[in-house]
Amino acid sequence: MTRLSIVVNQEPREIDADPEMPLLWALRDLLALTGTKFGCGEGFCGACTVHLDGAAVRSCQTTLGDASGRSVTTIEGLVGGPAERVRRSWIAEDVPQCGYCQPGQIMSAAALLAATPAPSDEEIDRAMKGNLCRCGTYHRIRRAVRRAARGA
Amino acid sequence: MPVNRREFLVVSAAAGGALVVTAGGACVPRTSTRSPRVAGRTTAPARTSSRHSLHPLLELHGDGTAVVLSVKSEMGQGILTALPMLLAEELDLDWSAVRVERERFDPALGSGGTTASISVFLNWKVYREAGALVRHLLVAAAAKAWSAAPEQCRTERGAVIHRDGRRLGYGELAAQAASMKRPRGPIPLKSPAEFRLIGRPLRRIDTPDKVSGAAGFGIDVQVPGMLVATVLRPPVHGATLATVDDRAARAVPGVEHVVRIERGVAVVARDTWSALQGRERLSVTWNEGAKARLDSAGIAEQLRRELRRPGHRVKREGDPAAALARAAKRVEATYEFPFVAHATMEPMNCTAHVEADRCTLWAPTQTPGWNRTTAARITGLPEDRIIVHRTFLGGGFGRRSQEDFVAEAVEVSRAVRRPVKVVWTRTDDLQHDFYRPTFHHRVRGGIDAAGAPLALDHRLVGPSVVAWWAGSGSDPPDKVDDISIAGAERTLYRFPHFNVETRIVETGVPVGIWRSIGNSYTTFVGETFIDELAAAAGRDPVRYRLDNLRDAPRVRAVLELAADKAGWSRPPPAGRHRGVAVFAEDEEGYSVQVAQVAEISVDGGGDARGGGDGGRGERRIRVHRVVCAIDCGIAVNPNIIAAQMEGGIAFGLSAALKERITLARGRVVEANFDSYRLLRLNEMPEVEVHIVPSQAHPGGVGEKAVSVIAPAVANAVFAATGVRLRSLPLRLA
Repeated sequence: MTRLSIVVNQEPREIDADPEMPLLWALRDLLALTGTKFGCGEGFCGACTVHLDGAAVRSCQTTLGDASGRSVTTIEGLVGGPAERVRRSWIAEDVPQCGYCQPGQIMSAAALLAATPAPSDEEIDRAMKGNLCRCGTYHRIRRAVRRAARGA
Repeated sequence: MPVNRREFLVVSAAAGGALVVTAGGACVPRTSTRSPRVAGRTTAPARTSSRHSLHPLLELHGDGTAVVLSVKSEMGQGILTALPMLLAEELDLDWSAVRVERERFDPALGSGGTTASISVFLNWKVYREAGALVRHLLVAAAAKAWSAAPEQCRTERGAVIHRDGRRLGYGELAAQAASMKRPRGPIPLKSPAEFRLIGRPLRRIDTPDKVSGAAGFGIDVQVPGMLVATVLRPPVHGATLATVDDRAARAVPGVEHVVRIERGVAVVARDTWSALQGRERLSVTWNEGAKARLDSAGIAEQLRRELRRPGHRVKREGDPAAALARAAKRVEATYEFPFVAHATMEPMNCTAHVEADRCTLWAPTQTPGWNRTTAARITGLPEDRIIVHRTFLGGGFGRRSQEDFVAEAVEVSRAVRRPVKVVWTRTDDLQHDFYRPTFHHRVRGGIDAAGAPLALDHRLVGPSVVAWWAGSGSDPPDKVDDISIAGAERTLYRFPHFNVETRIVETGVPVGIWRSIGNSYTTFVGETFIDELAAAAGRDPVRYRLDNLRDAPRVRAVLELAADKAGWSRPPPAGRHRGVAVFAEDEEGYSVQVAQVAEISVDGGGDARGGGDGGRGERRIRVHRVVCAIDCGIAVNPNIIAAQMEGGIAFGLSAALKERITLARGRVVEANFDSYRLLRLNEMPEVEVHIVPSQAHPGGVGEKAVSVIAPAVANAVFAATGVRLRSLPLRLA
């Protein structure tokens, strides 16, 4: 057990835990932030995507130790211009079906647009292909990202 | 026996000036008029004939808010939006005042089983009748308040309006309406021309919560005092525990219990990570049993052997053998389909709390009624002491109609006397699934001198999902499992001589229903084979289908529409090739037809991107565009129907191009999404959906696009290369 300090959704948090615990489980089980989803545990599906100092990372592949002293943003705390445009576009295109992968999709899309405000279709494919969706909402995800890039 | 649903629905007043509609009449409604083949996978029979509902179907509050209970599970198909739309339509509710209740499960309103794309089909009447009944009572209450005749009143967006312009909101009228006399005789329902909500592409009611991260899935459940468990299951199906050394597991900080359950060993901890760490430190040996010898090659050989033997008759018209002997041209083909997994994005999980006098479940489940039976069996409690809370489902596709993940949670909670959430990893999920069956087919067909279909002789062999069905109370099939061969019993085309035979082949591998189940292979066989006959006759694939359809005007219409929108009469863009396929289901009032045209390219070997996952030099199939036409009867919500077509195409394409479960030494080889690959965004085609206007009774949509895409793509591959691919996943050498 180690005491770790992390800023989560702009709030400083102290967590007593094994520094090897994946950030995913710390967020979900210790901080009750369940919007970040467990999909594969090995970085293949993107369901657990969060922002670490603004960059999209897989929280199942990021340990609490890695995140220590840094700033984590989860779907619950995702705010700001690109994020709001992504959310509005997701609603306008009515993207989700089961919805389970959508927090991860939205985190990836928001990170893409923050870094690349007007992505090409190839850039959208590259940024989003790491996020699996079993319901097959890909078609609408593409439309929603394009719409958000246009300013929603 | 049909039931008068209005008597089944009871209207009463509730606190705060609310009106509630509950189920409480003499009998639960008959929820299916379909054949046992379909109904059997849908609704467990009600056990008692007189039971009052626990939860209202509708609460109309004093502030005008209407809360509508969904009797079906939401797994992405949009039922939380569709069912309230039906009720709101007849009640003339203001849609913005409608809320939906997802969690409460009420056995008095049916088993809650959510499968087979029949939720709207089954509930089309009861929700509308409930709305119409309450609307009638609200009008009566307003007329009384105004000393007016009901005929002078109309309703609109949550209010009763008098001819002279006076209006009363539903909230103000709710309490009074609850005491008004029910009408004798039937209340007329709206005609389609009067619909204001039905037919509109309304956005899903659950989208905001799914975009904010607030939507509560099973895996998100937190109950005070709850522990988290992971289960070590046998590496080979059916293996039993020989020895367990749990000392290292118990030493992991956070681990509180290690308990043996029927299927394996559960490590119970304060959090998920500790439970996973503990499980890794278990030292276990198994008695693996005979199934440790299973492997994919052996199972394929077993099916090939069985395919050489005559099967049990499913259907026979005419004399196919004699007709084939005199056919102008004959085609013979064999097909092989692998086991595939459900791979819901939310891994299996369930939370249970077993107490002395009750058991509470929080479950992402497609079958809450069966879950009660399962929990009652394990705990010894009567079923009415089992409470099921239905969470959102992070995908279902049939997997969540199995009882195994629920049973585990009940067993573990009973053992540790605490609320316990059992969480599966992705590897657990992929390796302990009830897979879509593997099937092998042999088809012999012939055309006459004019090129018309003459005979079709179809033999298919594979395992039975019904034989593996725990919890349903259904008997194992004798010789023919209609569910596992769904679609084989019919053909869309005029074959004067038609024979279908089958044989159940138990492979030892657990199998279960999977979005579209038998149709996922029988549509492939039927629609690629008719393409082969068209080619043998030297005819265009669309024209050949249209010329030889059985009398089915709705099938003809979707095929013509898809072909027209895809520009079939014009050549495809350079480097692109088209293929077409059709699916139709029409029985006992349930009718859905789908046609798709796929536009593909085939990349040469080398470094081409996308498409399949094959090795170097393999030519890759890339699907660029899919045009889909559907006639599902009245289109309750075209937005959601389009989403189900888009998603069904993605699901079907994933299996067509990528998915296969393999076994070695009795173990499932694929362990995560690096080895069990799913379709990704960069492989998703553009999809265009066209809905045929219809006033027919609504059918279903959730699984109806799934089976069509693979044959459409395979037929396009033939157009591109001249190669007939007859096994999935599609591989071009």
